[in-house]
Amino acid sequence: MSWLSRLREIGNAMVGMPSYDAYVAHMAAKHPDREPMDEVTFFRERQQARYGGKNGGRCC
Amino acid sequence: MTKHLPWIALAIVGAGALGVVASVRGEPVNALWIVAAAVSVYLIAYRYYALFIARVIGIDPSRPTPAIRRADGLDYVATDRTVLFGHHFAAIAGAGPLVGPVLAAQMGYLPGTLWILAGVVLAGAVQDFLVLFLSMRRDGRSLGELIRMEMGPVAGTIALFGAFMIMVIILAVLALIVVRALAESPWGLFTVAATVPLAMLMGGYTRWVRPGKIGEVSIIGFIGLILAIVYGQSVAQSAVLAPLFTFTPVQLCFLLIGYGAVASVLPVWLLLAPRDYLSTFLKIGAILALAIGIVIMAPPLKMPALTKFIDGSGPVWAGPLFPFLFITIACGAVSGFHALIASGTTPKLIASEKDAPFIGYGAMLMESAVAIMALVAASILDPGVYFAMNAPAAVLGTDPASAAAAVTAMGFPISADTLAQVAKDVGEHTIISRAGGAPTLAVAMAEIFSHLFGGQAMKAFWYHFAILFEALFILTAVDAGTRAGRFMLQDLIGLVVPGFRGSSKVAPGLIATALCVAAWGFFLYQGVTDPLGGVNTLWPLFGISNQMLAAVALMLATVVLFRMKKDRYAWITVIPTVWLLACTLTAGWLKIFSADPRVGFLAHADKFAGAAAQGKVLPPAKTMAEMGRIVFNDRIDAGLCAIFLGVVLAILVYAVRTCLIARRIDRPSVTEVPPEMVAAE
Repeated sequence: MSWLSRLREIGNAMVGMPSYDAYVAHMAAKHPDREPMDEVTFFRERQQARYGGKNGGRCC
Repeated sequence: MTKHLPWIALAIVGAGALGVVASVRGEPVNALWIVAAAVSVYLIAYRYYALFIARVIGIDPSRPTPAIRRADGLDYVATDRTVLFGHHFAAIAGAGPLVGPVLAAQMGYLPGTLWILAGVVLAGAVQDFLVLFLSMRRDGRSLGELIRMEMGPVAGTIALFGAFMIMVIILAVLALIVVRALAESPWGLFTVAATVPLAMLMGGYTRWVRPGKIGEVSIIGFIGLILAIVYGQSVAQSAVLAPLFTFTPVQLCFLLIGYGAVASVLPVWLLLAPRDYLSTFLKIGAILALAIGIVIMAPPLKMPALTKFIDGSGPVWAGPLFPFLFITIACGAVSGFHALIASGTTPKLIASEKDAPFIGYGAMLMESAVAIMALVAASILDPGVYFAMNAPAAVLGTDPASAAAAVTAMGFPISADTLAQVAKDVGEHTIISRAGGAPTLAVAMAEIFSHLFGGQAMKAFWYHFAILFEALFILTAVDAGTRAGRFMLQDLIGLVVPGFRGSSKVAPGLIATALCVAAWGFFLYQGVTDPLGGVNTLWPLFGISNQMLAAVALMLATVVLFRMKKDRYAWITVIPTVWLLACTLTAGWLKIFSADPRVGFLAHADKFAGAAAQGKVLPPAKTMAEMGRIVFNDRIDAGLCAIFLGVVLAILVYAVRTCLIARRIDRPSVTEVPPEMVAAE
């Protein structure tokens, strides 16, 4: 992993956005029968999950 | 043996640095001594204590974590340890470690430094690490569920209720800090107000133009922020625009309450998410810049090691060193709120059990370093400036002359010209009585950043940059916290009215949101109208509740140690629990029953009720109705304090009972997910 993509991954993790590539890899490995979400749907789904659910607590 | 040699050398360096900090008297100590001592302490604590605890609890790299067992590519994702460290640190670091140490500086830099270091090593980082471990072994469940699993449903419900009340106080105190920083400051308010349309613009961009490009949109947002700060100066100097952005604290209070109510029901992609991107990256960037700045500038500390205010007569907050210092510095030493984070998303992302000490213990050490930097920043200011900024208007009056005279009389000589000059340097009308910690930290950050970049001419810019950075993530916390509080409240009400649960129901959601906003709004209004600045009332309540939650989390960890049959290592959690209980129970008791009206809520209420009965109006109240309101508020605060005491004592009873039961069973009785269990998917 180049340092730039690593930095990007850390940045995404800081705002709770998991890696889309990892998701696609997981779906391909475990659920080849199911169609994975496209990148935009994945982004929106994760955004809603992080901010719209119960995980909204931010520290003091 | 040879592998320990570098650590012994490090211990000698650290001890030497601490020795300098502790022994130099009468001449200024360089801030770098404190930084060096802190870093040595952190490294040694991690190498020896964190890894020792990891051995005790049986960290097992071969045991599948929830991220492996339940991998779904969404919530449960095995994540690289450095990446996860970033995730966890960004979630735990907030305004707390920046504000508490600044307030604690009124007693000098030494008590705060020692507490931050001892507290984090023995209590704070231990709590974060153990809660992360507990949750990791239980499919990433939340703190409330963990307590229910290990201590029973009643204890779980009590803890959930306590967590909701803590959330309310945190939101009120955070909002109060924003009010104190932005009141009568058109430049500050303009830049913060500008972030709302800016964030919406970013939200639209990530929604329709370039979905998912977080880095890109954050850079656009950052440029917008810088422009807002620069243009803010013109706004502040404009005769037409400045009045539009000049509000009294009470007006700002209602603006914030309205904002909280509206923002927390908007779609998350529109305002909350994009502003969270901005505030998170700005926060991390500002923390890094502050660290670099302190190291390069190597400023001497102007605050004495100890001030006379350790006796409890301090103007910033009332009460003696024990117990009040230990609740004033909550985050940075030990913060119960982290127990909610460490049992949130992080345990679902951890790839291997062996990463847990690095993430749990390590990230808290990092947060502690932030607290040390905040303490250093407050201590490099002239103490006269510090007290002029943080003492209440009731003590200082409102103009530089009266404030300079009052602060000089406290024993910290300062001239009215200096105070006026500091305000002018940072582009504000006044810096007097800007309690809450954020403005003080902003002045210090302006000092440090302008030393690095831009010199005197950039000071005003850096001051507003620092204010904006703090206000931005506080507003994000208010918004996200209101949403989280709404769900907690729906769960709680759902215990009585089952139909109230469910995150997608509109009416219960709106009712719970309204109740939540009303709850923190009540305490915010009370703080804003408080003659002693509000921080004096709300910060101790926040500190007590936060430390009590930490005690609850540590009691849970103790229960689990007993149930794992690790009785002989129970001191790891028992020592910090006993200390936190001693501090919080004493502080809670004093806040309710102390005869000193500056400390005790009931004594303060009696003083005002007594005066009212004789028909007298005591300042700051101007009417009889206001007198009545002060008495009412005091009694509410005392009642809230009593609720916190009740919650923690109830959990204590359950914890002791569960430990005793576990001791009578001759085998482990914890309810972990067994290692061989593999999820269906």
